[in-house]
Amino acid sequence: MPYSEELDIRVTDSSLRDGSHAKGHQFTTQMVRDVVGGLDRAGVPVIEVTHGDGLGGSSFNYGFGLEDERVLIAAAVETATRAKIAALMLPGLGTKEDITAVADLGASVIRIATHCTEADIAVQHFGLAREKGLETVGFLMMAHSQPPELLAEQARIMADSGCQCVYVVDSAGAMILEEVSDRVSAVVAELGDDAQVGFHGHENLALGIANSLYAIRAGAVQIDACTRRFGAGAGNTPTEAFAAVCERLGIRTGIDVLEMFDVAEDVVHPIMDGEAKLDRLALIMGYAGVYSSFLRHAYRAADRYGVSGADILLACGERGLVGGQEDQIIEIAVGLAEAAR
Amino acid sequence: MKPTAAIVGTGNIGTDLMFKLLRSTDLELRYMVGIDPRSEGLAIAREHGVEAVDQGVDWMFDHGELPDIVFEATSAYAHVANAPRYQEAGIRAVDLTPAAIGPYTIPVVNLTEHIDEMNVNMVTCGGQATIPMVHAVSRVVDVPYAEIVATVASKSAGPGTRANIDEFTRTTSSAVEVLGGAERGKAIIILNPAEPPLIMRDTIYCQIPDDADHAAIEASIDDVASGVAQYVPGYRLRQRPQFDPAEKGRPARVTIFIEVEGAGDYLPPYSGNLDIMTAAATKVGEEIARHIAKSPATTEVTV
Repeated sequence: MPYSEELDIRVTDSSLRDGSHAKGHQFTTQMVRDVVGGLDRAGVPVIEVTHGDGLGGSSFNYGFGLEDERVLIAAAVETATRAKIAALMLPGLGTKEDITAVADLGASVIRIATHCTEADIAVQHFGLAREKGLETVGFLMMAHSQPPELLAEQARIMADSGCQCVYVVDSAGAMILEEVSDRVSAVVAELGDDAQVGFHGHENLALGIANSLYAIRAGAVQIDACTRRFGAGAGNTPTEAFAAVCERLGIRTGIDVLEMFDVAEDVVHPIMDGEAKLDRLALIMGYAGVYSSFLRHAYRAADRYGVSGADILLACGERGLVGGQEDQIIEIAVGLAEAAR
Repeated sequence: MKPTAAIVGTGNIGTDLMFKLLRSTDLELRYMVGIDPRSEGLAIAREHGVEAVDQGVDWMFDHGELPDIVFEATSAYAHVANAPRYQEAGIRAVDLTPAAIGPYTIPVVNLTEHIDEMNVNMVTCGGQATIPMVHAVSRVVDVPYAEIVATVASKSAGPGTRANIDEFTRTTSSAVEVLGGAERGKAIIILNPAEPPLIMRDTIYCQIPDDADHAAIEASIDDVASGVAQYVPGYRLRQRPQFDPAEKGRPARVTIFIEVEGAGDYLPPYSGNLDIMTAAATKVGEEIARHIAKSPATTEVTV
């Protein structure tokens, strides 16, 4: 079943949220206006704007934002003429107060993320978001770490709490083709008409677009992407390439492909601190199943303590760290430095 | 005669607390009060010779000889309803829920400050573990901002915590300011489902002045950590405190890593988050008991 009468799938561009990791959370209001303006012009239907770690993410643990994310969200709402503005929140970090605040700012979509085994911590947040008239999306993060049946159970908890679309989120960029479609299929089968299903991919094993296509074939109707791969780790599924591939396959996204190429080149690329790179550490994240936003933190800790970034990330994988545990990266680096002495 | 106590709430926290109170030489545990006759906590209470009540606090008020101290291990909602009744009856309440009707109490920070209050609140598990460290830093230098990250094993986060995770962040960040001594506080909680479950780990970041005396801060941290370890034996620093100078967009800070291994009384050792709660409540309850024993009149006077 298509997303709607006009669209087969709906794309959410997360350059201004997932890209926040790659930018060290240094977005300015002007950058937000420029990117939202460009994506809106190209027909991207949803644009996510938030600190990389979600509402309330500005902190020692995740990095302080240059500007107040609420100011950035307000600028995005003001700039968009047809795109919906979305914000991300993680219960345990953000609170219901943050949801109310972004609803008041005029955002239309709230995306509520939990580790993929912990959906029940978001029940009250979905409830509030629906009361506030927000469209709701649920994120089951690190979905590679759990089997399809378990993801389906967790998706059911989200849908029953008021979530309208549950995403299978490959936070580590670790999933490979059928691993995506098996999980998406299980969630689609569980949810039926109760909620839609989406997929959020990373490029740590260079499979963002391929994985997204597998997700669509398994029934996903919402797909995340970042223009020019501007996101954590090796970046995300590139919006402009994905839009082109979809058009060639006859999948309607509503995105003007040539306009999107221009936005990627002329608007987004200039504000990036360099291209999203599929380098050694990014590969290790995909290979060892490590949360993509740990990348920058691992580089910093490796530098500060004179230890190997690869060893840090492998230890993160061994310890089974989940999204949000950036503090443990420092602890691991200190431990490695001690051990080397 | 030793002051008497009741535990209200027979879940994980109440049951773990029971084992600790049974070892106490300062108070006598009289009742374990629940509402579900099939509760495992009540069965264990019976085995240990504690009167097990399955009809809630109503039974205690209607039939029982009232205890001197009640430990509330139910929910914030239940405690809001029960607290006025305890107060009216002259029963001292140690509140382990996030209701926070009474002042926050963390033994190593302010054990005796509110000893005459009828109701004291034990903050949150993350607060009991991390706020002592904020206090350790703020008694040496000004702390304009402190942030704590508490990571607990999924298995040790019960339905109450899960349904009200905002209460954790709100209560803990408020207590980071009130008791920790930071001008502004922030709290983050993360649930990790790793198997075998990992021991509770917390990280505390405190903003400090550029010219802060690092040696004095470290000494204070060691001192407070050993103070907590006296009533929570599994409390320890995982690494030496890390000092980072200010850099672009980030002030100077000290980062402190701790872990809390539970005593394994009722819950497994990874549940350090629950153990520190029950251990701290026991410490506070014993202090109140000694205070009552010294000046029994204070509990009998009605104003």
